[in-house]
Amino acid sequence: MSSTNEDHVSNGTMPDDGIMRAADGTPLKQRLAKALRREKLRSFLLIAPLLLFILLTFVAPIADMLFRSVENNIVEDTIPRTVEALAQWDPEYDQLPDEAVFKALHDDLQIAVAERIHTRLGSRLNYESSGMSGLFRKTGRRIKRMDEGDYKAQFIAADKDWGDLETWRVIRRFSAPYTAGYFLSAADAERTSEGIELKPENERVYLMLFGRTLTMSIAITISCLLLGFPIAYLLAHLPLKTSNMLMILVLLPFWTSLLVRTSAWKVLLQQQGVINDFLVWIRLIDDANRLVMINNQTGTIIAMTHILLPFMILPLFSVMKTIAPYYVRAAKSLGANDWTAFWRVYFPQTVPGIGAGAILVFILSIGYYITPELVGGTSGIFISNRIAYHISSSLNWGLAAALGTILLALVMLLFYLYDKIVGIDNVKLG
Amino acid sequence: MKMKTLLMAAAASVAFTVPVTSEELEPCDNCADEMTIVSWGGAYSNSQIKAYSEPYSALTGVKIVNDESSNEAVAKLRAMNEAGNVTWDVVDVVASDAIRLCDEGLAEVIDPDSDLAAAPDGTPASEDFGDLLVSECFIPQIVYSTTFGYRSDVAEWNGKEPTDICAVFDLENFPGKRSLEKRPINNLEWALLCDGVAKDDVYNVLETEEGVAQALAKLATIKDQVVWWSAGAETPQLLADGEVVMGSTYNGRLFSVIEEQDQPVKMLWDAQVFDLDGWIIPTGLSEERLNRAKHYVKFATDTQRLADQAKYISYGPARQSSAPLVGKHAELGIEMGPHMPTDPANAKNTFLYNYEWWADNRDDLDAKFQAWLAQ
Amino acid sequence: MSENRGAAVRYESVQKSYDGETLVVKNLNLDIARGEFLTMLGPSGSGKTTCLMMLAGFEPATHGEIYLNDNPINNVPPHKRGIGMVFQNYALFPHMSVAENLAFPLQVRGMSKSEQEAKVNRALDMVELGTFGSRRPAQLSGGQQQRVAVARALVFDPELVLMDEPLGALDKQLREQMQYEIKHIHEHLGVTIVYVTHDQTEALTMSDRVAVFNDGVIQQLSAPDVLYESPQNSFVAQFIGENNKLNGTVTEVSGSECTVEVAGGIKLRADPVNITGVGGKTTLSLRPERVELQPENQMDNMVDGKIEELIYLGDHIRVRMNVADNKEFVVKVRNRGERRKIAKGDIVQIGWAAGDCKALDVVE
Repeated sequence: MSSTNEDHVSNGTMPDDGIMRAADGTPLKQRLAKALRREKLRSFLLIAPLLLFILLTFVAPIADMLFRSVENNIVEDTIPRTVEALAQWDPEYDQLPDEAVFKALHDDLQIAVAERIHTRLGSRLNYESSGMSGLFRKTGRRIKRMDEGDYKAQFIAADKDWGDLETWRVIRRFSAPYTAGYFLSAADAERTSEGIELKPENERVYLMLFGRTLTMSIAITISCLLLGFPIAYLLAHLPLKTSNMLMILVLLPFWTSLLVRTSAWKVLLQQQGVINDFLVWIRLIDDANRLVMINNQTGTIIAMTHILLPFMILPLFSVMKTIAPYYVRAAKSLGANDWTAFWRVYFPQTVPGIGAGAILVFILSIGYYITPELVGGTSGIFISNRIAYHISSSLNWGLAAALGTILLALVMLLFYLYDKIVGIDNVKLG
Repeated sequence: MKMKTLLMAAAASVAFTVPVTSEELEPCDNCADEMTIVSWGGAYSNSQIKAYSEPYSALTGVKIVNDESSNEAVAKLRAMNEAGNVTWDVVDVVASDAIRLCDEGLAEVIDPDSDLAAAPDGTPASEDFGDLLVSECFIPQIVYSTTFGYRSDVAEWNGKEPTDICAVFDLENFPGKRSLEKRPINNLEWALLCDGVAKDDVYNVLETEEGVAQALAKLATIKDQVVWWSAGAETPQLLADGEVVMGSTYNGRLFSVIEEQDQPVKMLWDAQVFDLDGWIIPTGLSEERLNRAKHYVKFATDTQRLADQAKYISYGPARQSSAPLVGKHAELGIEMGPHMPTDPANAKNTFLYNYEWWADNRDDLDAKFQAWLAQ
Repeated sequence: MSENRGAAVRYESVQKSYDGETLVVKNLNLDIARGEFLTMLGPSGSGKTTCLMMLAGFEPATHGEIYLNDNPINNVPPHKRGIGMVFQNYALFPHMSVAENLAFPLQVRGMSKSEQEAKVNRALDMVELGTFGSRRPAQLSGGQQQRVAVARALVFDPELVLMDEPLGALDKQLREQMQYEIKHIHEHLGVTIVYVTHDQTEALTMSDRVAVFNDGVIQQLSAPDVLYESPQNSFVAQFIGENNKLNGTVTEVSGSECTVEVAGGIKLRADPVNITGVGGKTTLSLRPERVELQPENQMDNMVDGKIEELIYLGDHIRVRMNVADNKEFVVKVRNRGERRKIAKGDIVQIGWAAGDCKALDVVE
């Protein structure tokens, strides 16, 4: 606003146009926004490093994972002519693609072999149909020696699988740049010529593993709560000096390496281990009937409860610390016995701590991997162990990403349900 | 089984030791003077440092950084390659990983005769390594085997000792827990061998649904007595603790339990499965680094170096020409020959696992195997 | 056993020690009559709250016995004592609504739903919060929370209600208002109330009797007016209301009067409440409002003093004077509207009756 307005508009009075103006005549809202802008910019600059850090290390990898779980450019990029030619072919038709397709494949593979990318396509397609990686490897070696003309016969001579309709159906089915194939695999399903259906029973693992991961995480959360609640209660009600000492003991597991702790459980729990030896020694069990407490679900639950216990105790402790002793006294003075006073008055006030502890423990355990791998045997492993396998061993990152995405979605769904049922503002971390 | 014959012929020759001399090493033009070598860590890395890296550094002055990430090499190499920043120069991997890396275009193709040293007698490398060159990218280094160890003090066995692989499936004569690797490879083959399938038919049978079911059914007979391992160190520990009475692992691990830790454990060499370990050079290196990596690998896989490594660990050299040079253990002073998986006494009945077949069928069978495990 | 059977509460030789070294409560004997409003007044650390907590059952007595309606209760747990209690911070259960808070004592007593509802409504009406039943405590103002706390302590019809500095968190105006409300509820319901406070105005306003605590001992147990008019010792005189003190020596005792010589050789006549005899040291206690400035008539004691400071307070004027070497001698002059010609530095005569001047034990 120009300075001429200054003379007749003053001190934020309401002029005729109905806009509140500052002393210099600029609209008050605009003035306020200007004054706040500097403030906002400063706050933004202060959080900018963290924002950048989170974007780079958290948001970007998750976005990348989501993208990988559907991305399938490799087929079109490696054999573009074949994909184009194959578009004309009807996969339901019980005839092999015509010579044009084979010629396109020959041209594509010649380039791909020169760039040494044909085997990569082979391993990608091998996730969908066994034998593909061998097929491409073998064909790659032969492609240079192929003569012009009658490629169909030459390909089938190189590997009889080229004469198999199924090979072409797989290539055709996975030629689109995006695929739901990984998600189908992650749900133990596959797309066959009859549509989407569950895999044969002897190949289904993931649904069962998701279910097991959830139920065992719940079991771990419950056992952490049962063990952690009395400890947190004790800590919160002891004199500061003693409780600090005990708090160090609670935190001690944080300061030893995860592997050391897990290995220690092996020594304790195995059949020739300390606990079994002791039980045999006091004649509680027979030497021939030593308890199996490791390499199964029991082992995973015990070891993970131990590892995650501090995450339950700490929020519980900090919430219990804030519950004044007079509430229980008031309850007693009103006629409640010890149990009623605890259950009706003290316990409900610890719910925010229980919520926070349970969420922490549950989410941590749902993604746990090292401990189940070491002490879980075959019945105590989690979905994350399969994700790790596909990341580091089978290199099927698309499937790993799909599994990870489902896991992420599950956690968010549970979070949402928790918010609906308990209320997320009812969570107190400290 | 051409490879087996080669190996056995080599191992049968007289062993003698040649000290490392500072022989003429052909100069390296346009080479980086620093490199990162990735291996498995532990005694194995140590044997490589002693036998290859230290002499190489002494001769060339190259600074060598050792990394122990081989167990996750495949995933890391792929990640490095995607990021366009490969920081490793030479990587030690098992043959199946080498095939995978080669398929993915993550490993350099090697021409054995130009990139690798010929044997002292002039035999070209391609012939000296022979069948062990299982992938265009793979430079073989050692032959190891996955085999069984058993405790020699199990009272319930009434003095009997297992002599063949099928003892693993014989709960009647050899009760007790056994440890097996948590993957289908080897386990399915052993199961079929002990279910009456001929050695040469194993992969043909496994190709079919019924064959897989047959193998899993055989494994099911001992399933509740099996502790499944995923790290090579587990079986030796389980054997030493008495948690299992027999278990499969790499022969070098059993060697150290038996000879170095003096545990009451013995080897069951029957139907041991040969496997290979060797180098690959990652793709995406600058010219200097690639030259350096090739120069190192050529030195480290020559006849003498491979023989030297056997002084530190009980794995057989992958070159035919190295076998006669294998000598005594550097610290224990025992003759290493009889502890090699390739020793004729040990290699009476061996099984060579089919890399190509597993490369094609691993994903499928792994899903089936995991589903079976979880049942 | 007791000469005073029928008391609602009786402390008999009660002692309390937390650390086994010092006694927080020293040999307490106290009878509280049925329907009485008794206040335990004293500075912090005087033992008053401990006495209340022992009665409520949250602290065990180290020695002695407490009786409730002539039944010893040392071994009765708190929830079986049937005593209502209002806590300093109200202790309203934050996770329950106001009505649930009130229903809690009724629920644990196994009362029927309809009966609960009737009682809760009656209690809410009593504290004029009839429409607030569904709110959470956090949604109420401090005064409203206070009323809920009182209602909750009364809703199960206890014969005895304990209040532990219940008004401490309120502002002055609200506090005064609540004092009257609690007093009225007491008069209306006829329950016995034991009230703990460190605020003497509160104690004087509400109580039938006040027990002044200091150092683990009841210094004086009297009705509020007696406490103010006739303090038994210097502590009580000091603690209750404003007080001028003059140290001196007793020179003569005759019947209901004694003569005390204070600084400057001034002899003053006083009421010998707590003296050791002629020649003994004493502290004279005199309320500021009992002193006449420039008295028109002859009074028992007439002294000159120099005006040090004048403070205008509306309804009265505080005059700080130097009297017998005491520069903190305060006289309250009622504001009658007439303009007095006094100014700082003036030397004026003041006077007071011998009966208003208590000769008590010495304080330094």
